Amino acid sequence: MHLPDAEQLLADLTGKMRPEISGNTALVGIYTGGVWLAERLHQDLGLTLPLGTLDVSFYRDDFGQIGLHPQVKPSDIPFEVEGSHIILVDDVLYTGRTIRAAVNELFDYGRPASIRLAALIDRGGRELPIAAQYVGATLALPQHKMLALERSNDGKLSLSLYDRSLPG
Amino acid sequence: MNNNPQLNKHGELQHLLTTEGLPASILLNILDTAESFVGVTERDIKKVPLLRGKSIFNLFFEPSTRTRTTFEIAAKRLSADVVNLNIAASSQSKGETLLDTVDNLSAMHADMFIVRHSQSGAAHLIARHVRPEIHVINAGDGRHAHPTQALLDMFTIRHYKRDFHNLRVAIVGDILHSRVARSQIHALTTLGVPEVRVIAPKTLLPTKVERLGVHVYHDMAQGLKDVDVLLMLRLQNERMLGARLPSAEEYFKYYGLTQEKLALARHDAIVLHPGPMNRGIEIDSAVADGKQSVILPQVTFGIAVRMAVMSILAGN
Repeated sequence: MHLPDAEQLLADLTGKMRPEISGNTALVGIYTGGVWLAERLHQDLGLTLPLGTLDVSFYRDDFGQIGLHPQVKPSDIPFEVEGSHIILVDDVLYTGRTIRAAVNELFDYGRPASIRLAALIDRGGRELPIAAQYVGATLALPQHKMLALERSNDGKLSLSLYDRSLPG
Repeated sequence: MNNNPQLNKHGELQHLLTTEGLPASILLNILDTAESFVGVTERDIKKVPLLRGKSIFNLFFEPSTRTRTTFEIAAKRLSADVVNLNIAASSQSKGETLLDTVDNLSAMHADMFIVRHSQSGAAHLIARHVRPEIHVINAGDGRHAHPTQALLDMFTIRHYKRDFHNLRVAIVGDILHSRVARSQIHALTTLGVPEVRVIAPKTLLPTKVERLGVHVYHDMAQGLKDVDVLLMLRLQNERMLGARLPSAEEYFKYYGLTQEKLALARHDAIVLHPGPMNRGIEIDSAVADGKQSVILPQVTFGIAVRMAVMSILAGN
């Protein structure tokens, strides 16, 4: 299967977001792929508020099934969430469960004025009423495939497709 | 298969009973997970929904305020429901056995037991007895082990010293009666600390303590030379009534940590103490409140470490 070029998609996504950015826009990347994208977007869009990062492991809804993720990263929200305008950034939007967890976590830092969502790929398959405002591309994929963003040593982003080995 | 009662058949942590025999990967996973919980405890809303609906029982057969409270706070910050049982003042005084107490609480759908007991092996006994979906954490058993205290000490050491592989660590005081010291020694050696020293009078050292891989000193001036980390132990007042020590004053003179003695260690050495402190016996106030003391950060980190242990166990 031919996968789109992640760098090109990121450029498209940056273009779509640029007109809607203002001085009080805050970006929050979701580990791991979302953080890589958010770092690039933060720089390319010239945002002034510091970049936030979220690891949603403590808010996931499948803890009862699969336990705690073995490599939890510390979440870091270095701006005042109360009253802020946040854009969440993730690599692949699928069931929507990660975004549900991320929104819940953000509200434990304060009450944002608004939260929007940017995703590099929307692969459909939503299980919750969640939609992205900014999308690089939509891509229909069979359920047993897992799409992952990868980053090379020189920082270049690319997409890879795997067969899903674990449920979830 | 393995014979370690702490691990399940996948080699994951099922109970935390002792630091002895646990691989470095499990200890480091606990410390890494705790790093993420430190951020949670610094927020306005210091709570995550991870253990919502879980029931955690604090079973304290021996008095403790600090340890019980930090476990309670940690469980509450994970959104678990916590029940504190002060057993010294309850059914056991009416003759109920330890395992009957545990069976009764299991019938109330307990998910986790946190056990403090004056008898070594009490937490092991409960862990072997309970159904496989129930987890047990040892919060101190006799002279045997106190693994969460050792883990929070490891977290504190890593926080200030970054790496375990180039450190000299000295454990000072009543090694003989100390479950904290045993758990510290196992954790330090597993994590790769190249030189662990124990400093104590002969009467407060277990025989053949060298077999644990430590260097023995009876003299503070020699033992503290070039040390990066000092782990002070509480001198239990009741021990002094016996023949092991002449007097508290004499102990303080030779083994109490004063600024003068601390100056023999490295200039950037840190001082830890598991609390509660006996000021003027094992540690001088000038040191306890001094700039090399990390005793209060230990307490703060202790909550994050206990949150990490509980959430890892509950997920396995």
